[in-house]
Amino acid sequence: MPKAHLKVWRGDDSGQYVEYDVEYEEGMVVLDVVHRLQATQAGDLAIRWNCKAGKCGSCSAEINGKPKLQCMTRMGTFIDGETITIAPLKTFPIIRDLVTDVSWNYRVAETMPELKLSGPDASGHRRMQQIDIDREQEFRKCIECYICQDVCHVIRDHPENQGNFAGPRFFVQLANVAMHPLDQNPKSATVAHGFGLDYCNITKCCTDVCPEGIHITDNAIIPLKERRVDEYYDPIRAIGRKLFGKK
Amino acid sequence: MAQATDIQRRYGKTQRVDRWWIEPALFGGGLLAFVIYSTVSALILGNSWHFEAGPYLSPFFEPLIKPGWVPEWISPAVFILWAPLGFRTTCYYYRRTYYRSFFMSPPGCAVTEPAKSYSGESKFPFILQNAHRLFLYVALVFIPILWYGALKAFWLDGEGLGVGVGSLILTANAFLLMMYTLSCHSLRHLIGGGLDCFSCSNYTRTRRKAWDILSLANEHHKGWAWASLISVGLADLYVHLVANGVLTDLNTWSNF
Repeated sequence: MPKAHLKVWRGDDSGQYVEYDVEYEEGMVVLDVVHRLQATQAGDLAIRWNCKAGKCGSCSAEINGKPKLQCMTRMGTFIDGETITIAPLKTFPIIRDLVTDVSWNYRVAETMPELKLSGPDASGHRRMQQIDIDREQEFRKCIECYICQDVCHVIRDHPENQGNFAGPRFFVQLANVAMHPLDQNPKSATVAHGFGLDYCNITKCCTDVCPEGIHITDNAIIPLKERRVDEYYDPIRAIGRKLFGKK
Repeated sequence: MAQATDIQRRYGKTQRVDRWWIEPALFGGGLLAFVIYSTVSALILGNSWHFEAGPYLSPFFEPLIKPGWVPEWISPAVFILWAPLGFRTTCYYYRRTYYRSFFMSPPGCAVTEPAKSYSGESKFPFILQNAHRLFLYVALVFIPILWYGALKAFWLDGEGLGVGVGSLILTANAFLLMMYTLSCHSLRHLIGGGLDCFSCSNYTRTRRKAWDILSLANEHHKGWAWASLISVGLADLYVHLVANGVLTDLNTWSNF
């Protein structure tokens, strides 16, 4: 049975990497190997996990420096004998070992505008057509693993921006509200300053790491930036609004 | 706090083991090479390096604007190049590329950047990136102009219709520049992305279909950006080489 050479972060902020050799079998993912490590050599290793199917977003970590889900990273993707470094998400405070405190995201979530649906039609229903909502369905794939938040340099390298910047996960949520066919929020609720959209400089790291394959930059962030341009920076649209009184 | 914080904040520090620096080095080098070439070819050499050969005109000078009051040492390209320069500088794809390669902001994903503070595109000068929409409007005007230049390259005065290597190069260039413009994120938004209700009328349904088509092109915006950048540089070089007698153009005309 082959052995994986792991370097795992142990302790809190002042902790250190500890090296382990752990046996693994073909078909295993990193989370399986970490569980085996926990069962055989490091019973006190702290790790957050739940579904082991890439749907709960709990087991996010940095594997060889890249933010990933441990349960979706196959051991077969590593070269034989390669050291596999497993670290907690760097953007968030470490609680212990591989577990971080992601509660900042919950506080940001509380500031997000909620959908304000228009009233039902004469038949008493709210109706939407598929072509109006298939764009939204991509956004609803988000599993809130916060890997995109972790990789975003706006807060990763500049934690002082956490008060001004909601982050890619929440831009997806804002786009979901902004583009919803029945939403009645004023545009200012989603595109105005306040969520730090203009801090994003389109480096697309969030898209690169999203385990659900959501096109965060192209389909959420840039469209939101373009909606802001409609409102504030496009003189032709402004003239059109003056002349025709339309949005 | 010591260890983890230090690892996080030190410039260029990363646990990544792949060659993450290849992409910013390659694309940054490519952009720099194009900027140097176009500056020398179109602006510094300008009038002193012939840019017209028979029916061919370098795309850096299309359409040719040479008012009599402009001194000879000023290249006619200055009346043209501000538009593609503005369009490409504010382009969402190129922003990603040069922020990574030249501003190291960040140099790679999960690689620590050098800047001590960061305000993104919220302040001057980067807030000017919002002018991309304005440059898009100008770029749309340039599409028929470039096609006019390409079609003109099939017609030699005195001899009429024909075809040469230059005609084909200028046509391919006009096509690639058109595709780069049509795949623009801002155009995709204008055509249909800004709508919340696609099903509301025949007009919005039509815009949805157009948005679908532009979305397909937009998925390859990076490819169109590089293909058109390389093609416009090569087209300029080819016309210059023919115009200055370095190359002979293969064509169907007898006196060119």
